[in-house]
Amino acid sequence: MRKLALSDEILMTVEKPARYIGNEINMVRKKLEEIDVRFCMCFPDVYEIGMSHLGIQILYEMLNQRADTYCERAYSPWPDLDKILREKQIPLFALETQDPIKDFDFLGITLQYEMCYTNILQVLDLSQIPIYAKDRTEKDPIVIGGGPCSYNPEPIADFFDIFYIGEGETVYYQLLDLYKECKAAGMSREAFLKRAAQEVEGIYVPQFYQVTYQADGTISKFEPAYPEIPKTIKKQVQMDLKNTFYPEKPLVPYIKVTQDRVVLEIQRGCIRGCRFCQAGMLYRPIRPRDITFLKDRAKKMLENTGHEEISLSSLSSSDYKELPELVYYLIDTFREQGVNISLPSLRIDAFALDVMSKVQDVKKSSLTFAPEAGSQRLRDVINKGLTEEVILKGAMDAFQSGWNRVKLYFMLGLPTETLEDIEGIAVLSDKIAREYYTIPKSERNGKVSIVSSTSFFVPKPFTPFQWTRMNTSEEFLEKQRFLNGKMKEQLNQKSIKYNWHEAELTQLEGVLARGDRKLSKVIYDAYQAGCIFDSWSEYFHYDRWMDAFEKNGIDPLFYTAREREKEEYFPWDFIDIGVTKDFLWREYQKGQAEEITANCRQKCAGCGAMIFGGGVCFEGKN
Amino acid sequence: MKVRIKFSKTGCMKFIGHLDVMRYFQKAIRRCGLDVSYSQGYNPHQLISFAAPLGVGLTSDGEYMDMQLESSLSSAEAIAKLNSVMNDEIRVKSYVALEENSKNAMSIVAAADYCISIKDGYDFPDQYEQKFDEFLTQKSIIVTKKTKKSEKEIDIRPYIYQFAYTAEQFAAKTGNVVEETVAEQYKNGKKIYMQITTGSVVNIKPELILEAFSKYAGIVYEPFAYQIHRQEVYADLHADPKDSPEEYGKNRELVTLESFGKVL
Ligand code: SF4
Repeated sequence: MRKLALSDEILMTVEKPARYIGNEINMVRKKLEEIDVRFCMCFPDVYEIGMSHLGIQILYEMLNQRADTYCERAYSPWPDLDKILREKQIPLFALETQDPIKDFDFLGITLQYEMCYTNILQVLDLSQIPIYAKDRTEKDPIVIGGGPCSYNPEPIADFFDIFYIGEGETVYYQLLDLYKECKAAGMSREAFLKRAAQEVEGIYVPQFYQVTYQADGTISKFEPAYPEIPKTIKKQVQMDLKNTFYPEKPLVPYIKVTQDRVVLEIQRGCIRGCRFCQAGMLYRPIRPRDITFLKDRAKKMLENTGHEEISLSSLSSSDYKELPELVYYLIDTFREQGVNISLPSLRIDAFALDVMSKVQDVKKSSLTFAPEAGSQRLRDVINKGLTEEVILKGAMDAFQSGWNRVKLYFMLGLPTETLEDIEGIAVLSDKIAREYYTIPKSERNGKVSIVSSTSFFVPKPFTPFQWTRMNTSEEFLEKQRFLNGKMKEQLNQKSIKYNWHEAELTQLEGVLARGDRKLSKVIYDAYQAGCIFDSWSEYFHYDRWMDAFEKNGIDPLFYTAREREKEEYFPWDFIDIGVTKDFLWREYQKGQAEEITANCRQKCAGCGAMIFGGGVCFEGKN
Repeated sequence: MKVRIKFSKTGCMKFIGHLDVMRYFQKAIRRCGLDVSYSQGYNPHQLISFAAPLGVGLTSDGEYMDMQLESSLSSAEAIAKLNSVMNDEIRVKSYVALEENSKNAMSIVAAADYCISIKDGYDFPDQYEQKFDEFLTQKSIIVTKKTKKSEKEIDIRPYIYQFAYTAEQFAAKTGNVVEETVAEQYKNGKKIYMQITTGSVVNIKPELILEAFSKYAGIVYEPFAYQIHRQEVYADLHADPKDSPEEYGKNRELVTLESFGKVL
């Protein structure tokens, strides 16, 4: 029988014990005697969320393809188990072997959102690994971070030995080979880290860099401590996505997880260039996957998991040229076998309406639009190429085909936003409802339902808005109240539901997103004060965070409510993502001038990503 | 066509709840390509159902699931196919075809056999057999049964049909020999076997009896001290849905759910 790290008594006491037992279908088993490198891949959030993440599935299968490496998994224990592990001093364990993580060679932590930072400390602490990298010794695992938030790793720099900047498929093997070599040669932890920083592209070892600040708190110098260490870190990109590694046998959890389905990544990157969108800049250029490859993987993954649903993943699926062919293939091949096709949000056109009517119950499903801003002026500022005309026409076409539910997504607090722009959100919501009621009553499908949601805009590194001032909580709430009032003034206000977000969580996200190394201590103190699972509103303690800022003499508004100078050196500027700072600044200026930039397929905007030598930048040029 | 499968559940799978086991089977059926029937509509689901939910923490040699199929392999082939896509802690043991008009397993469940092991490291009286014998010689055993809606007093004695302390004794009483068991074994070797009422008319859980016994024996009831293992589930050939709870099971003739079908 498989041994478990937790006793029956503990497992019977905690909520959802299946989070901690492993043994999922397609879990990889290996003989430890044959393994040189033990790697634990951790998603610092609850199991159901972590298990839904495609990136981990890719890395899990990829690392396990190496005969000398065993990649296992760990997730954040839910507060109920967290408490027990602390009380009983049980070290956090990996799900596969149920062995303590502290005995592994590597602990890899994926950084998907800022609000999981305290959970990183939780995982380290529960694993009985020193929280600060500087306190770790030869017996501790190398702690390595990767994922979207590693593009500004500075706020958590003190907790990591290594950050891996870029897409996971590229240099992991090289890093592991180097590790094996160093281990065999009996080299120290520090010697390995130094060689990794020197020899492996995309590897950032924060302890080898020194930051100095100016009197106003901004960075004056960011420099490597040794001349051999690179000054800038180049983002690593997988250029050949056509036939590159993709999981065939994803793990199948026992409990229902957030994404209880096969996920097919159809392309990486985006051609659109929305100015608020970090992913759109980070993952440039767009690289579509080969359709034959995707069809084959869809089939294999469905067969190997038994999932009853498949969904497509990408930043803007309508831009995948062979989308109709792929979607019709999925419908024709798998619908018969009772497989649901979960559609990504599509530009509403004849194709979209046709496939939507095939795979969804028109009466129960909704149309989704993400205009992001309420007025055409502001949509031009953010370069969101969706016009009111397109929205209204799409909605009308859908209404005529029987739909009567619409979901709209907007942001509050975008740069240059005026009250008029905000009112535009209410007006647009109402216009869509009015459009519906122009259909004769006999042909209508009951009442229309419009759900408009607003989130608060958080400026992110490596976007044209990285210089911009973020609104304060008070400003956000004021705007929200104003909009709520405007919603109530609309003719069809009874058909419109307005959803909003919490402002405090967004503030913190804003601080961490563009934060620097000084914040490591704040995060540490917030964690010590009991903050974990910050993204879960029931566990979010804003007051404890504010105390932590105060204790360290740090004003959170320095990071949020401050317009930056063009010349300011940002904490993340040592990373080279291909897209240049010049381009981003140009885009910021164009945005303020309400000028739009064409997408990559219409006209290259010269963002700098061409340096990677592939993808859309070279489409039709060979 | 209708088929009924019997499966075992053990090891860490005991922590997987009833609904998740259902999902587990749905996916396993897809993985091995069994020709299961689907309901109509936008979200078609497989036509499968379980006999009696097994509580989280319990293990079993005798779980049942009914399936509606479009076509079937032989029993041996189907068992091999299902087991090839499952983990080693949930295994299909038998696969039999049912008559088209047969009632589904859930509606006919009447009784179940349990083997209760005392886990190591917990106190349990050494002469527990004698005590348990005495406990059951009582004419009535009144307990408070809590449901979501209410609390009521019931006499559970009539619903304890058989009991024993060794597998052999118990098999002799029930007429049902368990060839191979996945039940966990503990060093102390203390066990109680029971056949009790289960199902929709009256449902008695083994925990309820253990709690009543603890009270009778003057020991503290510790829920984690016991590993409860279900061995078999039965239908009652003389069950009449119109029977009052008091009458229920008096004229019973128990047969295993498996016995309703034929090996293909
Ligand atoms: S270089 Fe041009 S085509 Fe390539 S990603 Fe940048 S803007 Fe798009």
